[in-house]
Amino acid sequence: MAEDGYNFAYLDEQTKRMIRRAILKAVAIPGYQVPFGSREMPLPFGWGTGGIQVTASIIGPDDTLKVIDQGADDTVNAVSIRKFFARTAGVATTEQTEAATIVQTRHRIPETPLGAGQILVYQVPIPEPLRWLEPREAETRKMHALEEYGVMHVRLYEDIARFGHIATSYDYPVRVNGRYLMRPSPIPKFDNPKMDRSPALQLFGAGREKRIYAIPPHTQVRSLDFDDHPFEVQKWADVCAVCGSGESFLDEIVTDDRGGRMFVCSDTDYCARRREAGHTGPATRDAETGGA
Amino acid sequence: MMQEAPPLLSARGVTKFYEGIPGCRDVSFEVWPGEVLGIVGESGSGKTTVLNCISARLEPTSGTVEYATRHDGPADIYRMSEPARRLLMRTDWGFVHQNPREGLRMGVSAGANIGERLMAVGARHYGNIRQAANDWLDKVEMDTGRMDDLPITFSGGMQQRLQIARNLVTAPRIVFMDEPTGNLDVSVQARLLDLLRGLVTDLGLAAVIVTHDLAVARLLSHRLLVMRRGKVVESGLTDQVLDDPQHPYSQLLVSSVIHP
Repeated sequence: MAEDGYNFAYLDEQTKRMIRRAILKAVAIPGYQVPFGSREMPLPFGWGTGGIQVTASIIGPDDTLKVIDQGADDTVNAVSIRKFFARTAGVATTEQTEAATIVQTRHRIPETPLGAGQILVYQVPIPEPLRWLEPREAETRKMHALEEYGVMHVRLYEDIARFGHIATSYDYPVRVNGRYLMRPSPIPKFDNPKMDRSPALQLFGAGREKRIYAIPPHTQVRSLDFDDHPFEVQKWADVCAVCGSGESFLDEIVTDDRGGRMFVCSDTDYCARRREAGHTGPATRDAETGGA
Repeated sequence: MMQEAPPLLSARGVTKFYEGIPGCRDVSFEVWPGEVLGIVGESGSGKTTVLNCISARLEPTSGTVEYATRHDGPADIYRMSEPARRLLMRTDWGFVHQNPREGLRMGVSAGANIGERLMAVGARHYGNIRQAANDWLDKVEMDTGRMDDLPITFSGGMQQRLQIARNLVTAPRIVFMDEPTGNLDVSVQARLLDLLRGLVTDLGLAAVIVTHDLAVARLLSHRLLVMRRGKVVESGLTDQVLDDPQHPYSQLLVSSVIHP
């Protein structure tokens, strides 16, 4: 049940309309950063205020919300934002990716493929992909307008010159629909291919920087690369210690101070449901055989 | 120099006022393909203002600057579309700053600095970009082993060479230079001038060089403009102007060179 004293989903209706207009424009021009009047939220900029404002503007009473932080449903950011919408909008929440109509995310795209009708909302710290290469806002806007994106390759060149391969591993720059250069927020480049022609609508909100951008469903999203150094995603020698998955994005977890470590899925929902389905990984197998 | 081809660049009546203060007044000249034009004069005489006006970096208050584009013939650089002008500036033109920090990207390696223009016009093959960077480091007589070092670790002379390589990699037709040797000591200057002269001759480049150093002007330029208080007071072949100056100010300028 929503608490009294707040408008539905916290923001007032005029603000929501303003943000929806920005979202509509963003969907109409895939990858283009639309300025909007970002509001003060009851948590600091940098904690996901852009994503929260986007979610607040599109959420309805019938929606089911899932919030993830680094892939996990149970970390402080995810729990707080989920509770925020449960209290101010009274909507149903879930941890299951396919049960959600709106997924707000920080730093990951769920492993379970998103379907038509679902909306993925990203929290974005720095929306401008050219920012560290060109500090002037007027100039970066001009570069977007004129499609002068060569300088982005300078960064990738520098990666290869220094490390022998493209070492940028998160927030990996993409071209949307063959036009705008876009920063996909700090998701690992492992998730970049999931954005390409996704049937779900993807919305990006940057609260502090006051920008909204979007990837409409089924839109081409291409990661930048060189002809002789094609785009590649991360690979692991290990599988998930808990569920044994060899396909998901793995977090490395230090387990003791004697060099012990293990790899587990960053997507907790995906991992838990693989466990329920009977999959086991090296750690869970050991525990079971040890206990038997 | 008599030429059949039209001038590469022609400035007509270029005048620039800074808030009412004249930077340059009624400057007209032409630059022909393969020609090196020197602009000399004392500090504050308007040399750099003229250079900025003709290189699309500073719109003049009045007057026109026409450039003979490869495909569409002569075009006023301030009337063409902005994308066309910016493309021109990073392909057909080069600009060498007095301070290499202004012309270089100090945070990325020498190779990336040279490759930037190539990537800006669509080069997407790492190996080829690297090969081009290697070739250009060689052409400007730098150690190719330093390709992956940051420009910040280079000496002033090397930074200047790198800046030149970075500009020439797209085979421009005209290069603008603002005191290219201004910050360097005499022996490094001499070697850089030698290199520049070689490159300009080999590549058939046109160049406009602003300098207060008459020795630089004599070594590099075919023709000279002498500027004073924003106006061109004398122009002609370099040797003619320097050996037989007509205007009192040119005479003063030439006579004030110290001969060791």
